[in-house]
Amino acid sequence: MSGHGVALRVVACGKTFADGTRALAPVTLDVGRGETAVLLGPSGCGKTTLLRIIAGLETPDPGGRVLFGDSDVTGVPIERRNVGMVFQSYALFPNMNVADNIGYGLKVRGVGEAERKARVAALVALTGIEGLERRRIDQLSGGQRQRVALARAVAVQPSVLLLDEPLTALDAALRERLRGELNRLLRTLGITTIYVTHDQAEAMALGDRIVVMREGAIAQIGTPRAVYFAPENRFVAEFVGAANLIEAACNGATLALPGGTLPVADGALHGPATAMIRPEAIKIVPAENASLIGLVDSVSFLGDRQRVLISAAATKVITADVPNAIALAAGDRVGLSVEPAAIRLLPGDTT
Amino acid sequence: MTKPTFMRLCLLPLAVVVAAFFVLPMARLVLIGATGRHGIAAYAAIVIEPRYAASLLDTVLLALATTVTTLLIATVSGLFLQRRRFPGRALLVAMLTLPLAFPGVVIGFLIILLAGRQGLLGDVTLALFGHKEVLAYSLAGLFLGYLYFSIPRVILTIMAAAEKLDPSLEEAARTLGAGAWAIHRDIILPALAPALIASGAIVFATAMGAFGTAFTLATDIDVLPMLIYTEFTLSANIATAAALSVGLGLVTWAILALARIYGGNTVAANG
Repeated sequence: MSGHGVALRVVACGKTFADGTRALAPVTLDVGRGETAVLLGPSGCGKTTLLRIIAGLETPDPGGRVLFGDSDVTGVPIERRNVGMVFQSYALFPNMNVADNIGYGLKVRGVGEAERKARVAALVALTGIEGLERRRIDQLSGGQRQRVALARAVAVQPSVLLLDEPLTALDAALRERLRGELNRLLRTLGITTIYVTHDQAEAMALGDRIVVMREGAIAQIGTPRAVYFAPENRFVAEFVGAANLIEAACNGATLALPGGTLPVADGALHGPATAMIRPEAIKIVPAENASLIGLVDSVSFLGDRQRVLISAAATKVITADVPNAIALAAGDRVGLSVEPAAIRLLPGDTT
Repeated sequence: MTKPTFMRLCLLPLAVVVAAFFVLPMARLVLIGATGRHGIAAYAAIVIEPRYAASLLDTVLLALATTVTTLLIATVSGLFLQRRRFPGRALLVAMLTLPLAFPGVVIGFLIILLAGRQGLLGDVTLALFGHKEVLAYSLAGLFLGYLYFSIPRVILTIMAAAEKLDPSLEEAARTLGAGAWAIHRDIILPALAPALIASGAIVFATAMGAFGTAFTLATDIDVLPMLIYTEFTLSANIATAAALSVGLGLVTWAILALARIYGGNTVAANG
């Protein structure tokens, strides 16, 4: 049952609510057939509104259009849009058992009982919930509910699958395990998927592309690697992963810092700049032959690595994640080195 | 004070109330019912004696009709009021509590104004069909009266229950392709079932036992409470009145118990 997704196109879809609040500035987004796009952002950034516009639960402001493949579905009500949706609360029907929940979309579409049973059985096997078919919803654990909700959404072979924070209601360990399972399932199904989350780790693990959103607008669209290594602005740099944002003067070849200099890649600007350096890109080297010197403020041992806070090197404290075998203590004078390619100079804006 | 002693002391008020208001009067009522000319056979008379049996049947049918009609009208209205916002809605909802404040006698009076000899209904039917329709002094009048005070009560219950429904359930059904009818049949009504059963049971019990409205409309409507009244006050037939009271109580209690069992299952199935 794979490969029945369509390409999705959102054209200039904005949303202004009746009371005048603008939840979403006009947004344009293309998602390829079978691609998983993750809408990532803090609460109130408009990601859920955009998802609901794609679903047909909200209508975009005039001028906005939603296209599934070649057909314009802007005016098509949700019940005829052929989308599958997983809600944050799962919204499983409490008056039906697991099998009836999964088969409900097929039932209202008039699919015969024999075919319905076969499709439900296939989905039960695919999502790994065998043996629970006759259970009531209140007899399921959170992880089982999540699987039932997913099975129900994909049972109707939707053109587009929409997931609204499907893992947020679960505890951390389960969330991580289900994330892997969900990833495998989405690849198997090959459905065009829009996934909403505020969790950047989830976004990077699941997304072919990540759409970072902020205050009702798109801050950056890119692959997880592009968004992580080459954020286009300060907001994306800070929201996706941990980042050191260092204000420094750049002369085209090096950054001048209070504790020394750092070489940057060719083609850098001249003048004041904001340099983004990921904590794991910073290496501790002997102080004698380092171009940048700092003082260890504190060391937190995290098991697989240690997180070191270093002062005096830049205008503010730098966070570095270094291998767990290096012996460091507060007060140590250390040298710092960063690959020029790992230093990203952001535009001078403050956002 | 030890804990068991304290618990026993707390039980005391409940024990007194139960004894004074339930056990003793009911026991006495049951005994009185068996002290008439026919002794314990008076209880059989409720079903054997044609007049009593007819009254019991009328009362049960009236209560059932009231319950079913009330639930139909109140569910549609309650869902509408809960979802739509329109000018005057707040006033309308506030007015719904008004009938709760009226005693049965006032409701009877209102029904006479509506469908009595000088009533609105009579005037309209006289103008339209040339004969005056008078419903107030019959079971139909009583039916209208019971609807009048039960519909608002159930509307308020339905509104409260509908308010608690998770809106994403309806949205989920819509994404799966369900239209308005299917959503109501498969999602909303099952979710409202516990509220419908509970309020239906109350409507039924009230309609079985209400007296003031029937008394105002006419003394010859033979519903069970009226029959008990006439046996008791006019015929001084205390034993029969007691037996009929016990019968009325048992029927009502049985229906409520059924509703509780069935409603209980529904509640459980609804998680």
